[in-house]
Formats: sequence, C-alpha cells, structure tokens
Amino acid sequence: MTATIPRATTTASVPQQAQPRRKARRTPVATIVLYVVLTLLALAIVVPLVWIVLTSFKTDFDAINTPLNPIPHPFTLNAYQTLASGQQPIFLWFLNSLAAGVLQTVLILITASAGAYALARLEFAGKKIVFGVIVATLLVPPVIFLIPNYLTVQSLGWLDSIWAITIPGSAGAFGIFFLRQFFVGLPPEIEEAARMDGAGDFRIFWQIVLPLSRPALATLAVLSFLNNWNDFLWPVYVLLSPEHQTLQPGLAVLQGAYSTHFGIVMAGALIASVPVLILFTIAQRQIVDSVASSGVKG
Amino acid sequence: MPQPRPTSCCSRTPASTVADTLVSAPARRSARGGGVRRRTGTAYLFLAPFLVLFCVFVLYPAISGLWISLHIWNPLLPNQPFVGLKNYVDLFVPGSLTSGDFWQSMGNTGIFTIASVPFLLVIPLVVAAMLNQKIRGGAVYRGIFFAPYVLGVAVVGVIWKYLLDPQLGVVNHVLGALGLPSDIPWTVDVPWAWISLVGVTVWWTMGFNTVILLAGLKGISNDLYEAASLDGAGTMRKFFSVTLPGLKPVLAFVTTVTILASANMFGQSYLLTKGGPGHATRTAIMYIADEGLSQNQMGAASAMSYVLFLVLAIISIVNFRLQRDRSQS
Repeated sequence: MTATIPRATTTASVPQQAQPRRKARRTPVATIVLYVVLTLLALAIVVPLVWIVLTSFKTDFDAINTPLNPIPHPFTLNAYQTLASGQQPIFLWFLNSLAAGVLQTVLILITASAGAYALARLEFAGKKIVFGVIVATLLVPPVIFLIPNYLTVQSLGWLDSIWAITIPGSAGAFGIFFLRQFFVGLPPEIEEAARMDGAGDFRIFWQIVLPLSRPALATLAVLSFLNNWNDFLWPVYVLLSPEHQTLQPGLAVLQGAYSTHFGIVMAGALIASVPVLILFTIAQRQIVDSVASSGVKG
Repeated sequence: MPQPRPTSCCSRTPASTVADTLVSAPARRSARGGGVRRRTGTAYLFLAPFLVLFCVFVLYPAISGLWISLHIWNPLLPNQPFVGLKNYVDLFVPGSLTSGDFWQSMGNTGIFTIASVPFLLVIPLVVAAMLNQKIRGGAVYRGIFFAPYVLGVAVVGVIWKYLLDPQLGVVNHVLGALGLPSDIPWTVDVPWAWISLVGVTVWWTMGFNTVILLAGLKGISNDLYEAASLDGAGTMRKFFSVTLPGLKPVLAFVTTVTILASANMFGQSYLLTKGGPGHATRTAIMYIADEGLSQNQMGAASAMSYVLFLVLAIISIVNFRLQRDRSQS
C-alpha cells in the first residue's frame, strides 16, 4: 500500500514534471522567440550581479571614470583590503550574521517541531483554538509587533545583542505551521505500530517522526536561516553599536561611510551575498530531493 | 521581527501550504477517529517551548500595541499619560502633528503598490507560461530568475544605488552611450524614483511569483488542453479558457500576497532614495518606524500601525470577495 505523499511544497520547489508535458507544436520562429526572451531576462538578472563582482575589484578611479568597461583595470584587491583593515568591522558583522542565523534556525527547529508534533499527531483540549490563533497571526503585518517588541527587548536588556535578533524572530507562526503540514501527511500506521510496542510520545517524536521529516526540517532550516540573514528593518533599529551589527544593516553603514567608493560597497555586498547564493544552490537540490523522497511506503 | 519572514518588501510564506490550510482547515480529518485517547498534558508539554515564545513575542505585542497606542508613550519622559483615542483622532484631523506626514506616507505606499503589483503579476505570469513550455534548461532559467530573491534587500539596495547613481551610475552611462538622455535622476527625483523602486522590486522578487505560478500551471491537467485543442481552440483561446480559470486559486493567492508585500515596503526606499526627494518616497512603514523608534513617539506610531493594519485588512477582504464573486459568476 502506498501512502499519500506528504506535501512539502516550498517557495523554491516546483513539482518536478508531475505529468508528461503536453506535446509542443511550436513553429521554429516561436521557439526562437521563446529562448531569446528567456535569455534576455536571465541576462537582466545576471549582468548586474556580474558587474558588481567585477566592480569590487576596481580602483575608485577606475569605477568612476570607466563605468562602461566592466573589466577592472588594473585588477586590485584594494576594496577587500580596506574592508579587512577593520575601520568598518565587516568580518565581525559576517560572524554576527552567521551566529544569529544559526542560533535562530536551531531555536525554530526545536520549538516548531515539538509544537507541530502535538498539533499534527495528538488529540488534546483546546487544539482547534491554539491552531486557529497561530494561523491567524500569519496574516498580521509585522509592523504591528515593531514597537511593543522593541519595548519588550529593551526591558529584557537585549537591545544591541544577539538575543534581540534571534529570540523574537523564532516566535513566528510559520515554522510550526509548515512542519505541521508535513507531520499530518505522515502515515498513522508507523506510529500505531510503535505505540503497540509500548513507545511513548517522546520516543515516537524523536525516533520516528523527526527522522522521517528530515527533508522538511532541512527546508525549514534553509528558509529560517535565509530570513534571519536577510532581515533588515528590525536589526537597523535594535542593533546600536558598530561591532554588534549584522551584514544587512552593516551594508547601509558601508554605503554611508563610502558613498562614492563603489568598489568597497560592492565588495561588501558580495560578501553578504555569497553565503546565501551558495545555500540557494545547495537547497535547490535538497528541496527537489525532499519532494522525491517523501513518498512513504506503509 | 517576530515573524520568520523578511520584514522588507517581500515577506511571503510558501504558497500552497498557507493556501491549502486556509481553504481546507475546517475539512481536515480529525486525527484517526474518536478512539484515540486525549493526551492534553503531553500535548501542551510539546507545545510549551513554542507557546512561551509565541505568547511573549507575538500575542502579547499584538495586544499591548493597542494599549500603547492609547498613550503619549515616549520612553524619554518620566511617565506615559493615557490619552484615549487621541493618537487615532489626530490622524484624521487635518493640520495635526502627525496626520499630514502619515497620510503622505500612506499615499506613497499606495502609489508603490498600484505601480508595482501589475508588473509583479503580469511579468511572472508570462515568464511562468514560457517556462511551462517544453524547453531545454527550464530548471536553469527558473533558478536564475529566482536567485535575486534570496539576496537581502540591503544587498539589492546598495547594488542598485550604485548602478542607478545619477552622475556616476552605469545605467545612465549606458543610456548615454546609446544616444539617450544620460542625466536621468533615477534616485533623486520623482517620478523617476518610483520607476527605480518598482523596477528594482520587480528585478528582486519576480522569480518568487514566477515559481509559484509555474507550480500552478503544472497543476492544470493536460486533458483540458487536449479537449480544448479538439474543440479547435487556439493558443490565446486556451490561455483564457483553460489556463486562467485553472490558475485562479493560485493567482488569487499570489495577488493578495503581492499586494501585502508591496504595502509593507521599507528597505528599497530606505536604501535607494532615503524616502526622498523630501518625503516623496517615504513609505508608511518607514514613517512608522522612524516616528516610533527614532522620534520616540511610540503611542502615535502604534496607532498608525493599527490604522495601516486595518486598511490592509479591508483591502484583503475586498480582494478576497472580488475573487470569490468572479469565480461564482
């Protein structure tokens, strides 16, 4: 018997050719137009990014005086050396971003997976209300929380610390909502067999549900890390001292400090982008795998 | 922010999951019949870590914000006097300290939303329809189109601030080399600043909508297209008679999410135009954050955030009704 495939559709995943595509009956001209338009669009995305990479290896003089020649002349690491010299501690910001991203991701995985297990697999009093309230908050615009949470974070003494940019952010409804969807789709038979063998809820959660949910957990981890890494408004207001910034508000600082030193600002943008682009490349595959491997045979 | 999504323009959650649950929540099966014994204590033990965070940073602020909005809440003052609805009333009294700036920022948010949403729907729809054809390298194109979305708004902002710099930027130099005007004030004057903000947002987030719409297109049964072909329908006819109706739920979801994301725009203006010239591109979120956290007018700012919430809620409801009515007719 084949159980239904748990839904783990995410922002970056598209069902891989669930059904055979309908036969193309295009004229050659239509085919050419199709590829030309898609390629032009792809270039519109890629060219600015390549331009940024190349500009980060230019001298200021070069960047300003020959803006139409993308090739650095001379090729220089000046921008990176200036950043490394530490006047604006960008490598510290990098570490801050990394630490905050990892901490928040771990927090979300732990709290959301445990909570989602209860919502998906247990019957209990108040379940509908709890779930309803959680889902309802998905629809509330984040600005509502801005000022009250600022005051909470301030009264906890967390302003200008890593706690401010990790703890409040791990309280959102998305993670628990996402994992619940996945847990609900797991076949009940596995769990019932374990229960007959005398396994308790914690063992079922830890030894059966979590291992079966690795793809969903990985996807949630990637999404959570990206969100934290890219967060901008909140850190702009709760991080105060230069050495406690993360990369995103740090880039705004760089832009202010080196407004016409384009090489330096672009080098900073590159440093902030490389980790997420790498993660994206890896996660694309992971997400495809999660769809492919989530069919559970019962 | 207490939401695990970017607070900037394009805060979105995976489409199908949210849509599925909102639609199917009442219909979801009650887990494994009535024979299962309730385990309320265990369940709340599992939920406890999440619920503690959720109560402190989501539920409590949603309510305490209302309380704050009823006060002149300035953390620099010795006390926070209760003023009732004054902060709300002020927003609707012309000439008060806040109403002019607030409604200007709301208007700016409206301009941005109205200008950006059509592009953020039509371009991804066309691109998704193209990617849904039988082509080589479809996954590569999809990956490229989506890639900018994983960059933070700060990265996107500083990149385009440089490229669109009126004097030194690449874009104006390219235009000049093509014999076009090379002195366009992309980031310093309206309406150009709006064009820049919309363009940059489309560049940044187009791939996100494309991926959702593409998934929607793949969900439309081939049989419908074949049946339409047998009836002699051409490409356009098929698009309007098969594709659009089949895509309706996904399209409705994408429309709502895109409107809300555009209405929450912050980072692009903050980095590209600094809200200028003057305050011409300062959005509601920018004004609320500045008023509450830089000017310490927390009561007034809280009141504004609830008014913004209310406006967005009304728009969402109207949008939802319109979609529903259309699907009934």
